[in-house]
Amino acid sequence: MNDCAISLTVNGVTYERRVPPRRSLVDFLRDDLALTGTHVGCEHGICGACTVMLDGVPIRSCIVYAVQADGASITTVEGLSPDGSTLTPLQDAFVECHGLQCGFCTPGMLIAATALLRENPDPSADEIRDELGGNICRCTGYQQIVEAVQLAARTGGTR
Amino acid sequence: MIVERPALPVETAPESQKRRYIGKKRRAVEHRRFVLGRGKFAGDVTLPHLHHVAIVSSPHAHARILGIDVSAALALPGVLGVVTGEELCAQTKPLRQYLDMPGVDWFPLAGEIARYAGEWVVAVVATDRAIAEDAAELVEVSYEPLPAVLDPERAMANGSAPVHASHPSNVMYHRTFVWGDVDAHFAAAERTLQARYRWHRSATVPIETFAVVAAWDTGTSLLDVWASIQMPQYPEQLATALGIPLNSVRVHFDIDVGGSYGVKRGIKHSVLTAYLSRRFRVPVKFVEDRLENMRGGDMHGPDRIFEVEAAFGDDGVVRSLKIRTIDDEGAYPGRSPLQMGKPVGAIVGAYKIASVRYEVVAVVTNKAGQVAVRGFGQAPTNFVLELTMDRVAAAVGIDRLEVRRRNFIQPEDFPYTIPSGTQYDSGNYPTVLGKAERLADIDALIRWRDDARAHGRVAGIGVASCIEPGGGNSIFQALFNPKDDSTTFPEGCQVKIDRHGTVSAQIGVASSGQGHETLVSAVLGEEFGIDPDQIRVIHADSLAGLPSQSPVASRMAIVLGDASVGAARRLKAKMLDIAAYRLGIPSSDCGWDGTRVRRTDGTGETVSWMEMVRIAHVTYHKLPPGMDPGLQAQFVLEVQNSGRLPAPDGRVQMYPCQSFSAHVVAVEIDRGTGKVSFHKYALAHDCGTVINPDIVRGMVLGGIAHGIGAALYERFVYDDNGQLITQTFADYMMPTTHEVPPVEMVEHETPSPLTTMGQKGVGEGGYMSTPAAVVSALNDALAPFGTRIDHAPATPVDLLERMR
Repeated sequence: MNDCAISLTVNGVTYERRVPPRRSLVDFLRDDLALTGTHVGCEHGICGACTVMLDGVPIRSCIVYAVQADGASITTVEGLSPDGSTLTPLQDAFVECHGLQCGFCTPGMLIAATALLRENPDPSADEIRDELGGNICRCTGYQQIVEAVQLAARTGGTR
Repeated sequence: MIVERPALPVETAPESQKRRYIGKKRRAVEHRRFVLGRGKFAGDVTLPHLHHVAIVSSPHAHARILGIDVSAALALPGVLGVVTGEELCAQTKPLRQYLDMPGVDWFPLAGEIARYAGEWVVAVVATDRAIAEDAAELVEVSYEPLPAVLDPERAMANGSAPVHASHPSNVMYHRTFVWGDVDAHFAAAERTLQARYRWHRSATVPIETFAVVAAWDTGTSLLDVWASIQMPQYPEQLATALGIPLNSVRVHFDIDVGGSYGVKRGIKHSVLTAYLSRRFRVPVKFVEDRLENMRGGDMHGPDRIFEVEAAFGDDGVVRSLKIRTIDDEGAYPGRSPLQMGKPVGAIVGAYKIASVRYEVVAVVTNKAGQVAVRGFGQAPTNFVLELTMDRVAAAVGIDRLEVRRRNFIQPEDFPYTIPSGTQYDSGNYPTVLGKAERLADIDALIRWRDDARAHGRVAGIGVASCIEPGGGNSIFQALFNPKDDSTTFPEGCQVKIDRHGTVSAQIGVASSGQGHETLVSAVLGEEFGIDPDQIRVIHADSLAGLPSQSPVASRMAIVLGDASVGAARRLKAKMLDIAAYRLGIPSSDCGWDGTRVRRTDGTGETVSWMEMVRIAHVTYHKLPPGMDPGLQAQFVLEVQNSGRLPAPDGRVQMYPCQSFSAHVVAVEIDRGTGKVSFHKYALAHDCGTVINPDIVRGMVLGGIAHGIGAALYERFVYDDNGQLITQTFADYMMPTTHEVPPVEMVEHETPSPLTTMGQKGVGEGGYMSTPAAVVSALNDALAPFGTRIDHAPATPVDLLERMR
């Protein structure tokens, strides 16, 4: 099949590219745009490592084709902080609470938690555990992640 | 006997109350790059002309490869080449295995025989991964299926079909150790019991699969490797398998590893990828997809049958144990049988058991090969030790906690040598258990459980204790293979103070979430009296760095921590000499005062940090005569209280430091679904001096989550045809936030006398104790049904069957 032309916005920058129709969104982000912050864990939509925001909604970029994102606005972990170097309160809270160890699931976890805090700026621990159930972390046992999201809710959430 | 190691410069250790950074809250320095999405993982590495690999796997559990037709694959545009097992086996040497098994060879691709479903048979190299996968689909392999050997006990029997025809027996190792007068203790015992346990095959399954980039440079004859690796002797094994000098292999350890917990040992992936790079003269990247990882990555963990007998008194005091372990290694044993060796160093757990008979059997089957998993075999062994203590308690009608208290090694007994010859360094088990009981509020839990039962619910309380050996050495290699006399397992650190006075350190390992940069900078900050956040820690490549054995076996706080201390103290001694010379006095008349050196002979005159730096780097004429310029020091540390071969009867000093924990959990089992929910998870924990409280807590909590997976959910299941039927994350169930409860934890510190700061290991204890604690709770819950669980994982189906 021929490559398809797509136009999409990623972290505020508009890209026009030609991609094979079978290319997944996560491969497009990583290989075509060199945005390697988004990680590939299972490639079958379970682990949540590849979670990005598509038009404000967290999705698994391993089971979305790049062509399906034509016209969309994507936010990856690199786009959470406006200048790419100042931490958002959520990112800062993950560091403060040791809400990560190896850092591999962290980008997906941050995107999922960002979406959670936008919907629910003051979540209980149970609500956080309920909402983050789609992102698997093998290092932390989740507790310090839950504490990080709670801290972020107190310190300014996703701003 | 504890061996003194005079090589470490002796300084009066700073007392804990004087410590500025050790034991204090501090952010991990690694985290900033990760939350910004700027980690550098092996899969992120890209190079000009990079090519990609896809794998053709055997669909059969056991089959002869009759022929391979690669013509259609080679004709596909974008395909650079195809390599079969026949070629790879001829051109590389077998991968290292640690048992003495003549005729049992392991290669990255199967040669004549494929020995498990999913074993790699052919590798395709193409300009991108998708094309490589297309080409892999076009490779035609014809097979003659052979009888598959799947049950480990049947595989041991005479007449079983062999997995390796050149080694007619499937038993690759069999030894019985006897330590102490087991027969007499059993004969004299008031009571004995027998039990059989099953620890099913699971693993720690990192979210990052194994990834490696290899680039052979024909001009320099240098192989550059970037890999998601956590493995001792990885560069050495690459060089040996490829038949190239070790100084032609440069492994870049400045790669963030996306979780490992033992299993990131992609030596076969790496040898294959490096071979492909040399063969086709392009850089090559191989990132396993999840299917290649789950069924063919050789990363499954221990798969064991245990038969245990205990001899004990009416008072619940255990005198002797007989433990028989059969480990199903899969097709290629590799290093995994040694996971029955590490438990020798804690074979009686936390208990004063006088004698032990320990029989180990390593058997091969037509399944994926095993690899090291968190705890290196101690998790299954502690599982059976603790469930056996529960059985003893039930037999004598004494509370499970009380039985443990009666058997504990007591604080005044340390250093304490267990029957298998390992000396425990320190501990206070009764106090830690008491802290766990109070934290859990055991009386309230009993009321909750009894009330739940009164209302027809199924509820139970579980307990477990655990010895966590730390500071890993590799002495199980010699224990399980008389031809292997290696006793050295060093860790190195190099420290420099540059011309601007800033401090940097080199370590020789990649990290997979342990926070080694945080560890080393904290230790150096403490030693030098400077802010750790101003210290740079880098991961040297394998040619530039010092000897290292990777962050296995809960060893880095112990060995890298003390190597960092050693390097810092050598540097401080040099600076003291510089300052003394500048003051015109003997070095013995001055001492460190913060970051300055001060005269101790009355005047109080000082030499500043920057003055010493300038003398060392700039003004050679002010340097003590004969001294090397610059400020650099290195320290390579052999594991404390290690370095000696086992005795003929197998008595051996395994790891030097013993951490301890006690867990108390309360669970409820849903009668309709078999789902287990936690009412309480509490533990008390002692890993000696805590260096970074958040990291210690994170290690324990993460280990508990892994343990909950192993106890309730995770299992690699093979069907009767040898097909792995749990090979996606939809079938291999890992705990999420829904399954892992909040955990309450209290820390206790019994410093180790063997380490400079009193630190011990912390990486594995959570995983070692949780399966026992959880199944203990299930058994308490199931007691009213007159049934019990003696295996892990205990799935909802298992529980439903028992509640009928």
